Amino acid sequence: MLTRVHEGPSRTVSIVIDGTAAEASAGETVAAALLAAGHVATRRTAVTGSPRGGYCLMGICFECVVTIDGVPNRQGCLVEVQPGMRIETGVARAAVAS
Amino acid sequence: MTDIRQLATDWDAIVVGAGPAGLAAARVLHSAGLSTLLIDENPAPGGQIWRAVTSTPLLDQSVLGLDYWAGLEPVRGAIGSGLAIATATSVWSADRGGQVGISCNGVTRMLTAKRVVIATGALERPFPVKGWTLPGVLTVGAAQGLLKSSGRVFSGRVVIAGCGPLLWLYAAQVLRAGGTIAHILDTTEAAQFRPASRGLAGFALSSYLAKGLALMAEVRRRVQVISRVTALEIEGQERATGVRFEARGRSGQVAADVVLVHQGIVPQVNLAMAAGVPYRWDAAQLCFAPVADESGQTPLARILVAGDGAGIAGWEAASARGTLAGIAAAQALGASGPVPNGRSERAQVRRKLRARGFLDRLYRPADAFRRPTGDVIVCRCEEVTAAEVEKGIDLGAIGPAQLKSYTRCGMGPCQGRLCGLTVTEMIAARRGLTPGEVGHYRLRAPVKPITLAELASLPADDAAVRAVVRN
Amino acid sequence: MQRSQSTGRDYDVAVIGGGLVGIAVAWGLARLGQRVAVLDEVDGAKRASRGNFALVWVQSKGLGMGEYAGWTVRSSNGWAGLADELGRETGVDVHFERPGGFHLALSERELEMRATSLKRLHNQPRMVGYETTMLTHSEIKRMLPDIGPDVVGGSYCPLDGHVNSQKLLRALHQGFAQLGGTYLPGSTALHIAQAGGGFSIKTTDGAVAAGKVVLAAGNANMALAPQVGLSVPMLPERGQIIVTERTERFLRHPVVTIRQTDEGTVMLGDSREETTDDRGANPQINSVMAARASRMFPRLARLNVVRTWSAIRVMTADGFPIYDQSVTHPGAFVVTCHSGVTLAANHAYDMAGMIARGALDPDVAVFSARRFDANAGA
Repeated sequence: MLTRVHEGPSRTVSIVIDGTAAEASAGETVAAALLAAGHVATRRTAVTGSPRGGYCLMGICFECVVTIDGVPNRQGCLVEVQPGMRIETGVARAAVAS
Repeated sequence: MTDIRQLATDWDAIVVGAGPAGLAAARVLHSAGLSTLLIDENPAPGGQIWRAVTSTPLLDQSVLGLDYWAGLEPVRGAIGSGLAIATATSVWSADRGGQVGISCNGVTRMLTAKRVVIATGALERPFPVKGWTLPGVLTVGAAQGLLKSSGRVFSGRVVIAGCGPLLWLYAAQVLRAGGTIAHILDTTEAAQFRPASRGLAGFALSSYLAKGLALMAEVRRRVQVISRVTALEIEGQERATGVRFEARGRSGQVAADVVLVHQGIVPQVNLAMAAGVPYRWDAAQLCFAPVADESGQTPLARILVAGDGAGIAGWEAASARGTLAGIAAAQALGASGPVPNGRSERAQVRRKLRARGFLDRLYRPADAFRRPTGDVIVCRCEEVTAAEVEKGIDLGAIGPAQLKSYTRCGMGPCQGRLCGLTVTEMIAARRGLTPGEVGHYRLRAPVKPITLAELASLPADDAAVRAVVRN
Repeated sequence: MQRSQSTGRDYDVAVIGGGLVGIAVAWGLARLGQRVAVLDEVDGAKRASRGNFALVWVQSKGLGMGEYAGWTVRSSNGWAGLADELGRETGVDVHFERPGGFHLALSERELEMRATSLKRLHNQPRMVGYETTMLTHSEIKRMLPDIGPDVVGGSYCPLDGHVNSQKLLRALHQGFAQLGGTYLPGSTALHIAQAGGGFSIKTTDGAVAAGKVVLAAGNANMALAPQVGLSVPMLPERGQIIVTERTERFLRHPVVTIRQTDEGTVMLGDSREETTDDRGANPQINSVMAARASRMFPRLARLNVVRTWSAIRVMTADGFPIYDQSVTHPGAFVVTCHSGVTLAANHAYDMAGMIARGALDPDVAVFSARRFDANAGA
């Protein structure tokens, strides 16, 4: 989905996407890391269950919301990946269970 | 990340948005000796144009270009100046009294400022065509952000559709970086070239025109550009797989793995509107903009606006307007330190605004791409189609508020950012009103989501308790 | 959309106000075959119907006027029929449910006050018979498993329910249009005068002539009523509402201050301030509301708030409805109340019928504004 076009060194961090280990570049946002890992559709809508993925990647559209470290509906484009971060895609409605 | 619990509560000035305008305003205010807090929701200052300028892995300056690298000094300057900067921090409310609600990493605070400079920049105009909600459809701005911050381009068959200077700039940057673009579907209207040329006067125009033409030529040499596109439909079930289009009266289809759309940018007005700043319809730019004078002072004494959030004019004008807003606020607060006179910035803004008229006319998005029909989704959050919006208008909605009640259009988490202009223009066209008469959704805090726990953590006085708890 | 100056009688009835009260009466009149126009304000007007909490609520209504409790129960009982008819005629499901509702107390003192006030309510003269039960924490927990430990108890009434009030507004407007009714938005009523055996209403967008006129303009009735010999003492107040993002269904029963909509969002409501400025919301009040809601249902705390707003409540001076026909201007009616959602069934069926017949029934005489007269006989 995404190709790196720079030669510069990049540090990778290990994250977990939907229970599967994945690598992301340090400093990258969650939304970018998901695209880089091939996750284009990252949630389903609450109204009709249609698939959606990040659209604006600048905090406006709320399409890229995912569950990050157990906190639902976070805007993936505004959060930087951290080592060990757990990301869950595909959620339509936030769970209220803690 | 900033620990916002450590921030002081009361400030002389709070600047919202660390793009060119916010950086310039904060620089003036800080240098004038006023306690100033600069806030941005992104991980680092720079705004969209200078996104990741201190950390981008794309070090070959020819790829992103001079306008991008012009941000290095202002961003580094702000970081090194001792100015308080809260990054990854969203501003979810501001009011006429100078109360500013901020949130970072699950913590919220209510701060106060004698002056609030709202420099929230621009967002890409909604592009409601069939299939624009499919995964794999992103905005050109989104793609450009990935290029700047991660040094990444999309692989596979990339199709770009729309119009506007940013589209050509991004295409050129991708090509320079070694990426590929399968097709550009150019929706610039043929008829716009003539009215646009009426704006050919203006000092800065030559540089705009030369820059723009050079970019287009650079891209056209290497990408198949299909011009005069009058209809678009993005195909796909679970994600975008292709684009159908009509161009010069003929229909065509191209396969796509990624579709990038763009038809210009418009001011991001949610925070200013929610704060109660009056707004006006800009008929040339087809958008709402807050009411403010040349220095960005709004009719609300404590609130100023600066940059593209006050009206689209590009980063140089945004920077100049940020300086002017900083000067106005610093003077109003009787700053003890040095305050520049702003003469050159005022001249700069006027020059850029004159040249802007040409771009506005040339890249005026076609009616069909601003006022959709049929089963095209207008409100992405609540999945309300154009046909349903039309039905609501015919049922009696003369404005967006009643339409909201009828259809839920605009009631989702994006709070109308991606349907507000569409809805206003659709009502106006169908009711024979001007968009200014129709008005915009009424916006209220929180303009960015905060959790109930955050809201509950805010201090409350006895009167507030009495208003809720009745014994 | 400018109308030519009207001549003669355009409509049997002109209803002033297109909110839930006005449109319910108008829909009811239209289904009786009346030619009806609804005169509504501009889009940005203060509208209680867009800010309401959408409860169809019975418990605790009517302290100080037993008949109001009876009137409320009547509407609650009529609601299923209204929802049914609207669904059938318009295809809009208004999501009416009557699973029974709760009032939760967060301290022993709150619980005690609750019990006392319910006892006073149900011991009133002319009080309709129905049950409201005081329940302990563990009894409530069986029906609302997500309550937090701070909930010490509460009251439960099986007649309480809720509805999607936006869909209700939509359904009534659509049903009204389908029955041939005329909706005139952007026609703020300025002046009402008797003319040719009926009324001529001057609006910001031309004049409308009708045989009868119904004032259903909420707090704006205050200015219009004296023009037709009616009096409508009002004491509007401000309320705030918080709405969260959609979440999985967890709340099967509405609570007087918390309900989950059919769409999945959670609404928090109920605050009272004596102001009619609906521009801003008071963040301190939102904070108290959020804190109390999180104590009642701790799992709400992590949900995102997507909207808050304040709206001006339509409130008569004593909180009870005012239904009247003018003595000096027969054919001019006023229908105003706080609970436009709860009473929608009564308004659509009973009030519309009375207005069509031209006379209010004796059993609603108690709701006349004459009760405010200093020398009202009692």
